[in-house]
Amino acid sequence: MRRALVLALLLFAGAVFADTGPERLSDPAQEARALALQKEFRCLVCQGESLDESNATLAADLRRLIRARIAAGDTNDQIERYLVSRYGEYILMKPPLEPSTYALWFGPLLVLLIGAGVAGTVIVRSRPKPGA
Amino acid sequence: MTGELGQFALTLALALALVMAAAGLIGARANVVEARAVANGAALGFFVFVALAFGSLTYGFVTSDFSIVTVAQNSHTLKPLIYKITGVWGNHEGSMLLWVLVLAVYGAAIVVSRRGGDRLTSAALGVQGLLAFAFVLFILFTSNPFLRIDPPPFEGAGLNPLLQDPGLAVHPPMLYIGYVGLSATFAYAAAALITGEADAGWARAARPFLLAAWIALTAGITLGSWWAYYDLGWGGFWFWDPVENAALMPWLVATALLHSALATERTGAFKVWTLLLSIAAFSLSLIGTFLVRSGVLSSVHAFANDPERGRFILIMIGLAIGGALSLFAWRAPKLTGGSEFSDVSRETALVLNNFLLSAAAAIVFYGTLYPLFQDAIFGTKVSVGGPFFAFFFAPIFVVLLILMPFGPRLSWQRGDLKAALRTLAPGLGAALVAGVLVLALTTPRSLSIAGAFALGVWVIGASVIDAVKRRRARTLNAAAFASILAHAGLGVTLFGVAGDTAWKSEAIDVLAPGQNLQVSDYTLRFDGVELVQGPNYQAARASIVAIRGGHVVGTLSPEKRAYPAEGQEVSDTAIRTTGFSDLYVALGDDRGGGKWVVRAYVNPLAPFIWFGGAIMALGGIASLWGRLRLRGARTAVAEAVPAE
Repeated sequence: MRRALVLALLLFAGAVFADTGPERLSDPAQEARALALQKEFRCLVCQGESLDESNATLAADLRRLIRARIAAGDTNDQIERYLVSRYGEYILMKPPLEPSTYALWFGPLLVLLIGAGVAGTVIVRSRPKPGA
Repeated sequence: MTGELGQFALTLALALALVMAAAGLIGARANVVEARAVANGAALGFFVFVALAFGSLTYGFVTSDFSIVTVAQNSHTLKPLIYKITGVWGNHEGSMLLWVLVLAVYGAAIVVSRRGGDRLTSAALGVQGLLAFAFVLFILFTSNPFLRIDPPPFEGAGLNPLLQDPGLAVHPPMLYIGYVGLSATFAYAAAALITGEADAGWARAARPFLLAAWIALTAGITLGSWWAYYDLGWGGFWFWDPVENAALMPWLVATALLHSALATERTGAFKVWTLLLSIAAFSLSLIGTFLVRSGVLSSVHAFANDPERGRFILIMIGLAIGGALSLFAWRAPKLTGGSEFSDVSRETALVLNNFLLSAAAAIVFYGTLYPLFQDAIFGTKVSVGGPFFAFFFAPIFVVLLILMPFGPRLSWQRGDLKAALRTLAPGLGAALVAGVLVLALTTPRSLSIAGAFALGVWVIGASVIDAVKRRRARTLNAAAFASILAHAGLGVTLFGVAGDTAWKSEAIDVLAPGQNLQVSDYTLRFDGVELVQGPNYQAARASIVAIRGGHVVGTLSPEKRAYPAEGQEVSDTAIRTTGFSDLYVALGDDRGGGKWVVRAYVNPLAPFIWFGGAIMALGGIASLWGRLRLRGARTAVAEAVPAE
């Protein structure tokens, strides 16, 4: 239920943004920035898709919002902070490295280390015994 | 009537599954030949009755029998016939029935291919029977596709328009043939542990099923990725969606298993590890089913989110995986005798292959499930998506691809690295030239893209060299040819991924009729939109003329379709491909006054992504064909001997 409410709020928030920003920016440098930036945030109502890849209305609204902010002179950092403050870190495609995500980022390294250790042990142990 | 027939057939199938399980396991333990014959008969009977149930449901869909709930909720009279048929598995109940049908086909194939009789096959059938029993029970209790409604609705609710697509017609069955095919490998591994016959025999018996599963997984993943590319309208081909990951994990493990089983079949090396991988591969298939069906990680693929079903599947998976691992823990330590090999040898190459592929699978597993842990422990949501997986996959696959060409050139037990290097030197040279050319001639100048192309040339070049050398030495048999194709296919896919990532151009604008959109070296003239009536949808079809170098190269007609029965809109993209590069156009929103949002992409080398997948699958087919021919020849010899 709470999730449904949050979702409804998100969609509503999207509706508020609708038509507040342009589809594309006429300045090619600014448009390139927007295109790069929309790959770094996720579509909140889809799975695994970034704003860049999503067909959802909310994603389209956020794409326009990013352009409106760029046109207003915001830096990429300011836009990121704004989106994170509104939607939480969930919106970042790449989770930041911080204590709560240490397990996420260092877990795979541990997997690789253990795997390499096992593989190395198997190779060394299987060496032909001299004289055998 | 057909609904009741299906229900009846499925209930009989449940009883037969129990007989198959009991008779198979009894036939494995004692020397009771009669029990083995019973297990064989039960497996064949199980197939017949599941096929009958599946046929009944299909008949219900084709004739739009809306007194069956599943049909009423997922079909519509106006749907084209092909989507009425594919609608059978475009929903939870029907797709579980398809799952069981595939399981039944594999069970019957084990009986037919082994002609019954030995302890190992009997035990394998017993394990298959247990799985069959659990899944049919699951269907009958939580997901019965044959439930009736009274009075039946006048019209069905239709099928999600995204699923009304030829690609989606074959994608799920393919993946199921893959997922469930690993059940045969799993069953043989468990049988080897039960009977203690854990040497080369079981791996040899399981290999055709493993190959069939791998081919189907490769083709299924390739098709799914292609479908995402042309259907979702954004030109992306892989999203690291939890459900994509659920298919990728078994593929990675099955690939590792194909390689480790080579050594097990040949010298009995890595036999414990091969058993463990067989268990892991099917366990990941089951977990994949769980992820998709339970909605724990909800995604576009979860057309049924029901916690009750999730709990049931979770218990089943717990029993299957827990049981298999307990069996493994109990029996595996008694397996003795590894093989010896020097540091430079085919075996070492296979150890490294298995290390990298298993680590990749473990990382996908970890990343896919991590958001659940974070949510449970910190109460915060985190999105683990493309950037995370790419961060770890890139280095793993770079190492894998650098080492890959050496494997086939090293001998078993004692290889000669210098000789392999000498043989592969032209490939290395070609790779360096390719890397330098890409670095010098293309923009944006990127070392990683140059490296990716060098790596692709290295892999494909080495495959060509290997093929030529083996042909000269007259050792180019089906198995060698298969590995050459599969390895080269991975190189081709790498070209596609690298080209598409590095050189994609995109453009988006709101266009009035007559206005142009520039993308890469194409000028696209928007000639407006007309309304078209489809069989069960209305479409706005744009007419977009592609002009290149002053010449018209063609007209593209992307559509935006509205499906009134389902109340949904989907975009139908238009793609013009040269085989080397795609021009990709999608129609966006209507902005009024004849103005529409138009998105266009030029995706260089994108087709290579799927060509590579197809080549890999062909490699698998070549290997399977070689195996079956070999087995046919052996059987012929065996049958010819007593006649003398």
